[in-house]
Amino acid sequence: MIEARNLSVDLSSRRVVSGISLGLVPGTITGVLGPNGAGKSTLMRALAGQIASTGSIAVDGRELASLSFAERARLVAHLPQARIISWPLTVRDLVGLGRMPWQGVSRAFSNGDRALCTEAMEMMDVAGLAERPATELSGGEQARVLAARAIAQDTPVLLADEPASGLDPAHQMTMMAGLRKLAAKGRTLLVSLHDLTLAARWCDRILLMKEGRLVAEGAPADVLTAERLGEVFGILAHIDHDAGGMILAPVALAGGTAHREARP
Amino acid sequence: MTPLRLNLALAALTAVLFVLSLLIGPAHLGPVASIRALVAGGDEATRIIMREIRLPRALLGLMVGASLGLSGAVLQGFLRNPLAEPGIVGVSAMASLGAVIMFYSGLAGASLYALPAGALAGAFLAVIVLLAIAARHGSTLTLILSGVALSSLAAALTSLALNLSPNPFASYEIIFWLLGSLKDRSMTHVAIALPLIAAGGALLATTGRALDAFSLGEEGAESLGIDRRRTRLFVIVGTALAVGAGTAVTGAISFVGLVVPHMLRPLTNRMPSSLLLPSAMGGAALLLAADIVARTAVRAGELNVGVVTALIGAPFFLWLIVRSRREIF
Repeated sequence: MIEARNLSVDLSSRRVVSGISLGLVPGTITGVLGPNGAGKSTLMRALAGQIASTGSIAVDGRELASLSFAERARLVAHLPQARIISWPLTVRDLVGLGRMPWQGVSRAFSNGDRALCTEAMEMMDVAGLAERPATELSGGEQARVLAARAIAQDTPVLLADEPASGLDPAHQMTMMAGLRKLAAKGRTLLVSLHDLTLAARWCDRILLMKEGRLVAEGAPADVLTAERLGEVFGILAHIDHDAGGMILAPVALAGGTAHREARP
Repeated sequence: MTPLRLNLALAALTAVLFVLSLLIGPAHLGPVASIRALVAGGDEATRIIMREIRLPRALLGLMVGASLGLSGAVLQGFLRNPLAEPGIVGVSAMASLGAVIMFYSGLAGASLYALPAGALAGAFLAVIVLLAIAARHGSTLTLILSGVALSSLAAALTSLALNLSPNPFASYEIIFWLLGSLKDRSMTHVAIALPLIAAGGALLATTGRALDAFSLGEEGAESLGIDRRRTRLFVIVGTALAVGAGTAVTGAISFVGLVVPHMLRPLTNRMPSSLLLPSAMGGAALLLAADIVARTAVRAGELNVGVVTALIGAPFFLWLIVRSRREIF
């Protein structure tokens, strides 16, 4: 459970997140959508306690600001958008870093730690890469390895910043299915996404952001309407439904043309 | 190689080189007589050679080499940059400048303590500037750039001191000191440097956990519960103490901090923390070996150990780059 009240963030004296209040419920995935620069990543970094913000943030009823760095890392895991792997660590060692907040000075791995890492690697379909140097993997594989690291952290709250970007379609689904499994275990998830269909079908709730503000919030079908997508993204979207939920395809810029032959 | 085996091998290598360093010198003392004089005393000349000339030299090689290797490994991990070395944060250059000012002003001749004091003052000035800049702009890149700027400024001011130096002898002294040497150091030098190197080394040694987390970038490290500011403080102050104190008594010794972590990284699991102890011992071994070469390579006189480390280090580094073909990890 994570709650924010009237959260604002200024970066270089520019307001990037503006008066956002939200309450994320355990057992659900909340998707954050919005155009580039809408403040999605900044919102997540503020919720992870990594940048200064005004307003209040509470995790499981405890004020985030009152917690030590280590305590925070045992409550909230943050998967940054920037995918940085600095040394050719094996996938197993890299995922093992996720256990750091729970380990003592000796950093010894218990059987429980190992089991959580294996589970996280299986969830992200990277168990077969366990002994490979992470720097030699493809971009999409690295993304899944880094997600496995955040999952192995085993926190009540997981903030994942564009975890599905750059993944092939099958692994986008693997990613979302993995996050759903975590939700089923009672975790609270906040996930930023750019794929509208993926968001509509896998998230329980959607937060729609524009220019640092929350412009809509609610169930996917209520938030992701044609008018709103036009307003927020400036696109014309084709919206359809099947048994699994909504299908949303951006087909043109609002007021523009719909196919490549018509390009100037 | 398992971590234990690597550490044991390096400890053995360092111990052998330390003893070898004690046994080598122009006095041609036998190994048994040398060790006996060191431990038990014996005839006065041998005792003085062993206890007051060779022992401080070997100890300084050990301490300064270890501090360079350790701080190199820490800085590479912290800055996530395989080209980082103690020189990059500007501490070595500022320490050198501090010492050069002591030469230039003539104070170096007046007191044994003037030179180390000047170098330490330079190192700490560098730290204060770096921390002040880091407090305003938190990024690691800012730290590197500030270090580079500080190094350039210190180098320019050092050149200025050479330009304006009152007599050629003073210039010669400055240049010679800048090349780095373990020659003619006393136990007083050891006593000055040891507590500072120990304190700096202890600070640096505590950063292992944070450095591992920094493998995932600054945001990644923070998400693992690492306090970025505290880590930065420990890295900067630890480097300044360890490298500043080393530079204060031996002059600037290049390449050890850069090369040693590179040589040893492939023998570890690449976690920055598992490189710290091996790099400290590797640095000590390399500097002791280089100092033995410096003493024995030329029949007449002696080379500067900084020249030897650069002569061994630079080609070796090139060879590493060519051999690894991929990125230099």
